[in-house]
Amino acid sequence: MTLHSLLSQLPQALRKLDPRHLWRSPVMFIVWIGSLMTTVIAITDPSVFAWTVAVWLWLTVVFGNLAEAVAEGRGKAQAASLRAARTDVTALRINPDGTESQVAGTALKKGDRVLVQAGEVIPGDGDVVEGVASVDESAITGESAPVIREAGGDRSAVTGGTKVLSDQIVVEITSAPGETFLDRMIALVEGASRRKTPNEIALSILLVSLTIVFLLAVATLRPMADYAGAPQSTLVLVALLVCLIPTTIGALLSAIGIAGMDRLVRVNVLAMSGRAVEAAGDVSTLLLDKTGTITYGNRQASRFVPAEGVTVEQMRDAARLSSLADQTPEGRSIVELALAQGADDNDLPVGAEFVEFTAQTRMSGVDLADGRTVRKGAGSSVAAWVGRDMDPGVRLTIDEIAGSGGTPLVVAESNGQGAKVLGVVHLKDVVKEGMTERFAELRRMGIRTVMITGDNPLTAASIAAEAGVDDFLAEATPEDKMRLIHKEQEGGRLVAMTGDGTNDAPALAAADVGVAMNSGTSAAKEAGNMVDLDSDPTKLIDIVAIGKQLLITRGALTTFSIANDVAKYFAIIPAMFLAAYPSLDSLNIMKLSTPTSAITSAVIFNALVIVALIPLALKGVKFRAASAESVLRRNILVYGVGGVIAPFIGIKLIDLIVSTIPGIG
Amino acid sequence: MNDTVSGLLMLGLLVALLAAVYAPVGDYMARVFTTSSHWRIEKRLYRLIGVNPDSEQTARSYTLSVLGFSLVSIIALYLILVGQSLLPFDRGLPGMPWEMGLNTSISFVTNTNWQSYGGESTLGFAAQAGGLAVQNFLSAAVGIAVAVALIRGFVRSRSGELGNFWVDLVRGTLRILLPVAFVGAILLISQGAIQNFGDHTVHAISGGTQVIPGGPAASQESIKELGTNGGGFFNANSAHPFENPTPFSNLLEMFFILVIPISLTRTLGTMVGSRKQGLSILGAMTFLIGAAVALTTWAEVGAHSQAARLAGGAMEGKETQFGTWLSSMFAVFTTGTSTGAVNASHDSFTPVGGGTVLVNMMLGEVSPGGVGAGIYGILVMAILTVFIAGLMVGRTPELLGKKIGRKEMTYVALYTLSVPAIVLVGIGAAIARSSTTDVMGNPGGHGFSEVVYAFTSAANNNGSAFGGITVTSDFFQLSLAAAMLLGRFIPIIFVLALAGSLAKQGKVPVTAGTLPTHTPLFAGLLVGVILLITGLTFFPALALGPLAEALS
Repeated sequence: MTLHSLLSQLPQALRKLDPRHLWRSPVMFIVWIGSLMTTVIAITDPSVFAWTVAVWLWLTVVFGNLAEAVAEGRGKAQAASLRAARTDVTALRINPDGTESQVAGTALKKGDRVLVQAGEVIPGDGDVVEGVASVDESAITGESAPVIREAGGDRSAVTGGTKVLSDQIVVEITSAPGETFLDRMIALVEGASRRKTPNEIALSILLVSLTIVFLLAVATLRPMADYAGAPQSTLVLVALLVCLIPTTIGALLSAIGIAGMDRLVRVNVLAMSGRAVEAAGDVSTLLLDKTGTITYGNRQASRFVPAEGVTVEQMRDAARLSSLADQTPEGRSIVELALAQGADDNDLPVGAEFVEFTAQTRMSGVDLADGRTVRKGAGSSVAAWVGRDMDPGVRLTIDEIAGSGGTPLVVAESNGQGAKVLGVVHLKDVVKEGMTERFAELRRMGIRTVMITGDNPLTAASIAAEAGVDDFLAEATPEDKMRLIHKEQEGGRLVAMTGDGTNDAPALAAADVGVAMNSGTSAAKEAGNMVDLDSDPTKLIDIVAIGKQLLITRGALTTFSIANDVAKYFAIIPAMFLAAYPSLDSLNIMKLSTPTSAITSAVIFNALVIVALIPLALKGVKFRAASAESVLRRNILVYGVGGVIAPFIGIKLIDLIVSTIPGIG
Repeated sequence: MNDTVSGLLMLGLLVALLAAVYAPVGDYMARVFTTSSHWRIEKRLYRLIGVNPDSEQTARSYTLSVLGFSLVSIIALYLILVGQSLLPFDRGLPGMPWEMGLNTSISFVTNTNWQSYGGESTLGFAAQAGGLAVQNFLSAAVGIAVAVALIRGFVRSRSGELGNFWVDLVRGTLRILLPVAFVGAILLISQGAIQNFGDHTVHAISGGTQVIPGGPAASQESIKELGTNGGGFFNANSAHPFENPTPFSNLLEMFFILVIPISLTRTLGTMVGSRKQGLSILGAMTFLIGAAVALTTWAEVGAHSQAARLAGGAMEGKETQFGTWLSSMFAVFTTGTSTGAVNASHDSFTPVGGGTVLVNMMLGEVSPGGVGAGIYGILVMAILTVFIAGLMVGRTPELLGKKIGRKEMTYVALYTLSVPAIVLVGIGAAIARSSTTDVMGNPGGHGFSEVVYAFTSAANNNGSAFGGITVTSDFFQLSLAAAMLLGRFIPIIFVLALAGSLAKQGKVPVTAGTLPTHTPLFAGLLVGVILLITGLTFFPALALGPLAEALS
């Protein structure tokens, strides 16, 4: 954040001085009233001191508005680029009687079908009901590579404002104009539909009650001061009040919330409400789909186990040979593994013929020109091909691999005289890199991970152990998922999950944080409370971190704000009563030069600290995964103890400058 | 033996006694409030008042019972006090004037025991034993009942029911307060506290006659301390030799003051299934009261004025048999527990000593606080702590498995707001009246402290008086009565509402991401929040009173 970006939002901040706007933040509203009162006093009874206090109280309000304006400004820029995508389009509607008619995009209703051809912009959100097309969704996701959208299945949803690049599709519109995904997205990033979240409300209640306590403390101070023989002016009492009430957090609270949503937008996740972001911080159970999230989603060769009397090299080369022309992911992974283990990178010999996998043979392989044939496939099929039973050693390997959840692929060779089994390739689902560490991180944060998979329990258990998840749900049906969510929620846990299919929709709706993939169906996107534009299920983990960071920032600045008051009392109280009780000068531990300079310094510090903390409010307090106790210890030290000490230094420094001003110092 | 050694020995003995009974008493109380079996006499009582003891009450119904019962108690006590001349053993004394009667009845029903009268010269034995002593039991039992209801709010899951007030009231009285107070009375009598029904006329050496007031003092004394009530049978309270005859009786009284508030932390731990939680709360309480004892004793023993140096300490207003050590300790325990019994004049304490006992009350009576009131007070502060600290670990806050949401925070905020508001408004209103200066015992900062002390003591239901100030004018009688009444029941209404909304919630399981609340770190934070909130609220008042005085 630069000074320029601050200044550019100044007009916005001044516009927000409207009391109807400020009323939403009671703390800042009180400051506004205080500014008004001191201004009246400064006009009727002018002095350098009065004007200084009045000006800085106004600045306090402006700085608070500035924080909000800057936070909103970041969203506005994004909204502007999104708006550009929402140009007026005409759509080719297919009427129920089969005729076609040109209509305005805004005239489309739910259930209408439109034909969109290459080069045209899709007029509204909907599902592809006919055809397949490549679509440029960069307007929404920022990703320039086109995506495929096709009728049926889980990749049927298209978003209004995106562009068909090739082919043509028929889209059934699923949202009314003005309520499209793009519209909602614009509203969200602009903060137009921002409502206070439950935690924000609870915090506001605390801030209001503190404000009332200080209001009473300051109001009753007047008769007390009169009794003490040191009557206090309204100006000084208002200055004291503004310094005491939690202006720092009061000014930054909404900026923190907007910035939190904005951080999500930056990782390409749209939260439908601030409530969902907050819930993300509270999540204690993550449901993660195995395929695509935890593993790469296809079985890959992980090792070669040669049969007795066969060398690894022999077996490896044979396996590679049989897979060279094999375009399945498994086949490619065998070639890659063989290469990685030092096999020669030579091409298939001339005259070799690839034998494709069929459901009957359940094998694939290669027939070489010299009569040699190699086959790889399931154990029983290969045994039949070889013509005799498997060696006990090979059988043991097969059982072992199957037992660990992997898939054994037996490789055999025949040179015309007789066939023999060379060994077994261990195929398995490979866990994505870094996942184990991330799960350990989550565990430290107290979050349980549950892997959801359609695999059998054996395979699931093995992958779960390898990935380091806490639990797994094997052979999971959508109903099982729902049951699991309800079970977790009954135990008081908050559940987060991702999903993309229509059959995920009920679970997405039931979960406390349901992240729908942008590539998924409209039903899924409708049901979840967040949409991931990148369709990357691992992002759930980032979402949780952002939710936590939001809450931590709020707590840290609240603590800082309240802790600040200690120093302000030490600045102002001795200044107020020095005349009546000279002994109170020993409370003036900052050795501020005069009573007026002490009060002015406290007021100025109170205003400047808001500006100083705007970057922190927008960026969020640094969050690292650790246990609650250690996170707390650190934050207490920085924001609690730091919050007590910092203003002593700040006020002293300001006093050094202010005391040189005639009329104050 | 010099004063320091005997003082430390007494403190050590007290701590040892409390440590010995902590677990058994705490667990016994937990059993009392969780068992489903009734005593025969209890069943008879329930039938008499027409209550089904096995039925449960919602927060609303529990609150209405507390308020209704207390209202009836106030009216009954008022009638006894104002109409005491119609009762037996009236010693020929007239009924109280209505303002004093109202002030006193509210004072005793709210467990405050602020006294704007002198016991021996104002009240007959029927009013003392049949009116005030009864309320000493009942108001204490009400406090414990409310605390137990709040604890149940944490324990229960998705129920919204908090137990039965009438059962809690009866059990607290019959199973806890009565038996212990009975033993206490016997022990006090053994030390020389009096228990009779008549005044004695003696012939003085000078030839004249003197009436020595008597009465059932020992029985009232033991429940006065045990129930953290504090209203003395005699005007001189626990400084009177008929109430507190020996250093041993003094130790016994300090023990009785502390035993229930301290042990209730164990009851909490046992009932919520986390003894460590009870210990961390106790740790916070102990730190606060320990610091207050250290500060007050240091100020009183080490006072450096000319008079104090000659007397070996600040002896003005103190009994010689207790000296500075035992007077300081007693003062801290009585103000830290909302008891308000005194064995020395707090007005005569040094500015630091007097200021500390004043702050002790301003903390909101949580160190360890009155019977019941202390534990519910500190639990509310714990929720406040959890709210601020909990956010800093990145979760919406929770305590003992319950989420602190908008509703809970509203009740907590209103609770924390109410008593300071009453105190501040009271002080402001009193000090703004020009007539107040005339009733102060001292000018300047000290006189101001007297006013601050009066409203702090009343609103926090402590009942001890700084002394010096005369509070028999209508303004003080009524404003202090209002402070006591509002300072007791407004917080109770919010505590029970809070309990109800906690009980309705399900429980959130504890994970590594949960803020641990049973650790020293949390206890330290709790202390920090209590001190910060108190300091920020009362710093101006303290600066103009004790601080201005102490620094000069």
